[in-house]
Amino acid sequence: MTAASLLAASTLPDNVGYVAAAYLVFLALILVYVAIMASKLARVERELGELNRLADGGGAGSAPGADAQTQAEAEQAVQEPVA
Amino acid sequence: MTKLYGTGLRPLSLATALAVTVAFGFAFFYAPLDADQGFVQKIFYVHVPMAIVALGGFVFGAIMAIQHLRTGDRRYDLRSYVAIHLSIVLGVGVLVTGMIWAQASWGVWFEWREPTLVSFLIVFLLYCTYQPLRFSIEDPEKQARYASVFAITAGAFVPLNFLAVRLAETYIHPRVFASAEGALPASMQLVFLSSLVAMTLLYLTLWRYEMAAKHTSAQLKSLRRKLGGDESAPARVRSAAPAVTTP
Amino acid sequence: MFSTVATLLRKELRLELRTPQTVPAMALFSVTTFVVFHFALQARSVEGDLAAGVLCVTILFAAILGVNRLFVADHEEGGFDGFLLAPVDRTALLVAKALSLLAFLVLLELVAVPAFILLLLEPGLGVSALARLALVLFLVDIGIAVLGTLVAALAIQTRTRDLIVPIVALPLLIPVVIAAARGTAPLLAAAGAGALPGRWLALLGLYDLVFGLLAYAVFDFLLEE
Repeated sequence: MTAASLLAASTLPDNVGYVAAAYLVFLALILVYVAIMASKLARVERELGELNRLADGGGAGSAPGADAQTQAEAEQAVQEPVA
Repeated sequence: MTKLYGTGLRPLSLATALAVTVAFGFAFFYAPLDADQGFVQKIFYVHVPMAIVALGGFVFGAIMAIQHLRTGDRRYDLRSYVAIHLSIVLGVGVLVTGMIWAQASWGVWFEWREPTLVSFLIVFLLYCTYQPLRFSIEDPEKQARYASVFAITAGAFVPLNFLAVRLAETYIHPRVFASAEGALPASMQLVFLSSLVAMTLLYLTLWRYEMAAKHTSAQLKSLRRKLGGDESAPARVRSAAPAVTTP
Repeated sequence: MFSTVATLLRKELRLELRTPQTVPAMALFSVTTFVVFHFALQARSVEGDLAAGVLCVTILFAAILGVNRLFVADHEEGGFDGFLLAPVDRTALLVAKALSLLAFLVLLELVAVPAFILLLLEPGLGVSALARLALVLFLVDIGIAVLGTLVAALAIQTRTRDLIVPIVALPLLIPVVIAAARGTAPLLAAAGAGALPGRWLALLGLYDLVFGLLAYAVFDFLLEE
């Protein structure tokens, strides 16, 4: 209703473009800022993923070593009776 | 114990969103049409609060810089850097909306007879040198110190500059955007105030947001160093942003 | 404090007297700039507002040359370290450098203003108008000296100091330019020198005071190692 009364106002058709442009500039500024922060956040998430893998890789790294050791012991045990 | 900037961010952003909606709603549905300028005057509700908050941000940056020099605590330098950085972003908005207003009202892209716009341009050009200055000093500790001196000097310059430009222009020409100050009807004052509050909340939210992001990156880097040893984190690349140290 | 300033100032002036580099360059630059203005403006003579503008811009840009060089010798020859070891008030260096820059600017104007009158200024300049012009320019020089020293000290540690000094100093000096141009314009009018508006002197005085105090307060932080 108030919008209709505004439409009835004389200066509306000429200058809506300028006012809209000004408020859109404000909006665009905020959105661009949010977009930049979003890409920074994406990078942070990526790094977190890498760090998680790094943390897991440290644990998994010891396991093959343990296997190799038991395997060597097993081999030696097999060899002993022969020698 | 490092301060967590992310706490309180959600209620703050919700409050900002609400305030902005209310303010712009007021601007378009409650504020009366200006007698001289008509509908175009509504740009005033986004242009002037942005300018006031941007200048307030510069002053806040100067205050943080003073604290940095007094206490030597580098976190103040980060706060100052983010404050100034945000004010520059808002400053771009001020200049663009100001130019749109000038074009709509007077058919020129820049109105030299409008002292606030002119002095804001000068201040903006000054603060644009903040980043290049920081970038050209390699040692982080020196960079922070010199940047703080600059922030304080520039902060003191702002009021002096406005005075000088005001003297220069009103001597010859009367104020162009007369409705920008002086006798505003009460309804317009209310809308202006609500817009100012909204803009301030927006600034605070974005400031907190950026501080939280920087802290997160810094903690991530130290975590990487703890997990992978010192070689896994890349050597600190030369940058204008302050180095954030986390315990 | 005063004796330290006096000693440092004497060193600065003696250095410039022995190997004159800065002042001759500034003076030559200003005269050449007047010639450039002649061609750029396509004007045989200027008066009033235009004259004030040409004179102020030329002095400003010549001053930037001087500001660029202000701490270079100390930085390159290691003069800073020697000074920092001495048990003196460090702000004495600020005062001494600002005073020496002020001296350079006065010497510059002793060349530039007559050159300007001879080359470009349409009306002659009577003694009283000249005296008033000298007063305005002196206050302008103090402002440029104080701010120039601060910016020079700020820029000396950067890698791109020749670029940093102009872009930082020029916006900060705009109030000085405003007061200088508005203050000198009536003095250079073709119809005979008018009155000197007091408000511009007041603005210059305020500027000199504010930035003098500010520079005094922050200078220590620029010299820390």
